[in-house]
Amino acid sequence: MTNFTNSYVYAVFWQRIKCNRLALAGGFVVVLLFAVSLLAPLIAPNDPNSINAWQVLSPPSWQHWFGTDELGRDVLSRVIFGARISLKVGFVAVGIAIAIGTVVGLLSGYYSGIVDTFLMRIVDIMLCFPAFFLILAVITFLEPSIWYIMMVIGLTSWMGVARLVRAETLSIREMDYITAARCIGCSDLRIIFRHILPNAMSPVLVSATLGIAGAILTESALSFLGIGVQPPTPSWGNILTSGKDYIEFAWWLSLFPGLAILITVLAYNLLGEGIRDALDPRVNR
Amino acid sequence: MLNYLTKRILLMIPLMVGITLITFSVIHLAPGEPVEMQMAMNPKVGKEARDRLRQFYGLDRPLHIQYFSWVGKLARLDLGRSFSSDNRPVVDKIKERLPVTISLNIIALLLEFGLAIPIGILAATHRDTLLDKGITVFVFLGFAVPTFWLALLLMYFLGVKLNWLPISGLHTLGSDNYGTMRYVWDMAKHLIMPIMVASFGSLAGLSRYMRSSMLNVIGQDYITTARAKGLPERVVIYKHALRNALLPLITLAGFSIPGLIGGSVIFETIFAIPGMGQLFYQGVMSRDYPVVMGILVIGAFLTLIGNLVADISYALADPRIRQRA
Repeated sequence: MTNFTNSYVYAVFWQRIKCNRLALAGGFVVVLLFAVSLLAPLIAPNDPNSINAWQVLSPPSWQHWFGTDELGRDVLSRVIFGARISLKVGFVAVGIAIAIGTVVGLLSGYYSGIVDTFLMRIVDIMLCFPAFFLILAVITFLEPSIWYIMMVIGLTSWMGVARLVRAETLSIREMDYITAARCIGCSDLRIIFRHILPNAMSPVLVSATLGIAGAILTESALSFLGIGVQPPTPSWGNILTSGKDYIEFAWWLSLFPGLAILITVLAYNLLGEGIRDALDPRVNR
Repeated sequence: MLNYLTKRILLMIPLMVGITLITFSVIHLAPGEPVEMQMAMNPKVGKEARDRLRQFYGLDRPLHIQYFSWVGKLARLDLGRSFSSDNRPVVDKIKERLPVTISLNIIALLLEFGLAIPIGILAATHRDTLLDKGITVFVFLGFAVPTFWLALLLMYFLGVKLNWLPISGLHTLGSDNYGTMRYVWDMAKHLIMPIMVASFGSLAGLSRYMRSSMLNVIGQDYITTARAKGLPERVVIYKHALRNALLPLITLAGFSIPGLIGGSVIFETIFAIPGMGQLFYQGVMSRDYPVVMGILVIGAFLTLIGNLVADISYALADPRIRQRA
C-alpha cells in the first residue's frame, strides 16, 4: 500500500462499504448522533435541567414524549443532551487508547529484542486485570470529572491496539521500501513515524470504531453505578440510575436511555464490522 | 509436558510482580492519600491526628519500603485490615465473598459454553440461510446491550410485572428454617436472573467465535476428504470438524475470566448479591483502600490462574503444543 496505489485502495474500500447496507445504516446513525449532539440545544424540546414539581414521573405523553423523571425533568431532552457525553467519552477515550497503543506497538515491533519483551510483558500484565476493577479503583481516588473518566478508560484499553500495531509493524519492517529508506540514511524515528505508521493504521481504524462502542458502554456502566458523570449533567447511564430506583412506577425512565445506548453501540459495531470486511483483502465480493 | 509446564509457570513470575507493582502504584500515585480521604469526611481532625494515622498505616515511610512491606505481607496472604468500622482483616472479608462470585461465574461460564457451541455450529452449518442471519442479528444485539440495562429489564418484567422471580439477594428472609429442598429451590430462584445477566454478555461474542472457528475447519481439506469418502454429514460435522473447532475456545475461556470478574461488580450490585464484586464496589465507595488493593490483586491473580488452566488444557487437548515446547 504505497502512495501511488492509495487512490485505488480507497476506491475499492468505498465500493465495498457502499454495498454493505448494515454498515451504511450504522454510519448513518453515527452521523445522526453527531448532528443531535451538536444541535442538542436546538432540538431538545425542554431545558434538560428545568425542574417541574407538578409533573414528577409522568408517563410519556404528547408534551413529554419520553415522560419525565423524579424531578419532573423532560427525559427526551436529557437523552438528547446525554448523546453529547457519550460521543465525547467515546472519541477522547479511544483517541488516548490509540495514541498509547500505536506508540507502544510501533516501538515494540520495530526494535524487537528487549524493548519488545518489556513492552509486551506490560501488555500481558495490564490484560490480567479485570478492566472494570482497575477503572473503578482509579476513578474513586480522583475527583469525579468526565475528563478523568475518559483518561482512565483510555489508559486501560490500549493493549489490543498495541498488539495489532506491533503485528503490522513486524511485517512492514521487512519490506523493501523500509530497507531503501534505511539505505538513504533515514533516522529510526523518521522510518517509524513516516514510513511504517501510515501503513500500519488500517486495522487500527476497525478497532477504534469498535473501541468507541466499548468506551460508551463502560462510561454508561460507571455513570449507572454513580461513579461516572455526576448529576445534574445528564448521561444515559445516570438517567438509568433513577430508572432503577423508580423501576416499579416508571418504566420509561429505564427504557429510553437504555435504547439510546443500545442503538448507538449497535451502530458503531455495524460500522466497524463493515470497515473490517471492506479492508480485508481475503473477502472478495 | 513437564517441560512445557515448568516453562509456563516460570513465565508467570514476572507477571505476578508486575501485577503487584501496578496495583500498588495505581493506589499510591493517584493524587490524594487514603488518609486524606478519611480526613476530608471529618474537618475537625487536626494535623497531629493526621500524622498519627499516617504513621499507623505506614504511609510516612518511603514508597519503595511501603511496597516491599506490602508485597511481603501479601506473600503471607496478609492483606491488612479494612478501613471500615468493623476493622476486620481483608483476607477474611474476601474469603467469605469469593465462593459466591466464583461459583456464580463458573455456572455462567458453563451456561455460556453450553449455549454458544450449539448456536455457533447451527450458524456455521446453515451458513447464509435465514437461521444464520437471525443468529447474527442476535449476536449484534448481544454485543450492544448494556448488561446493567438487561438486568433492569429482567427485574421489571420477571420480578415486578410477572412476580416470578425475586429481585435481590440470595435467600428469602427466614429461609434458614426451610427444609433442604425448599432452601435450594429458593436460592436457585434468586440466582436465575443474575446468571442470565452474567452469561448474556459474552454469549454473543462466544457464539460468533464458534461460528467462524467452525467455518474455518469445515473449509479444510480433511473435511472434504471425509465427505468424499462418503461419511454421513452428521459424522463429518460432529466427529471430525467439531473437535478441532472447539480447540480455540479453550483459550477463549481463559480470556473471558477478567471480563466475568469485572462484570460481577455490576450484577452483584444490582441484584444485591454478597459477592466479591459487591465488596469491591462498597470498598470503592467508602475508599477502603486495603479492600480495593486486595481485590484488585486477587482478581488479576485469578485471571492468571485461569489462563494457566486454559493453556494446560489446551496442551492436553492438542499434542502439537506439547511437543513444540
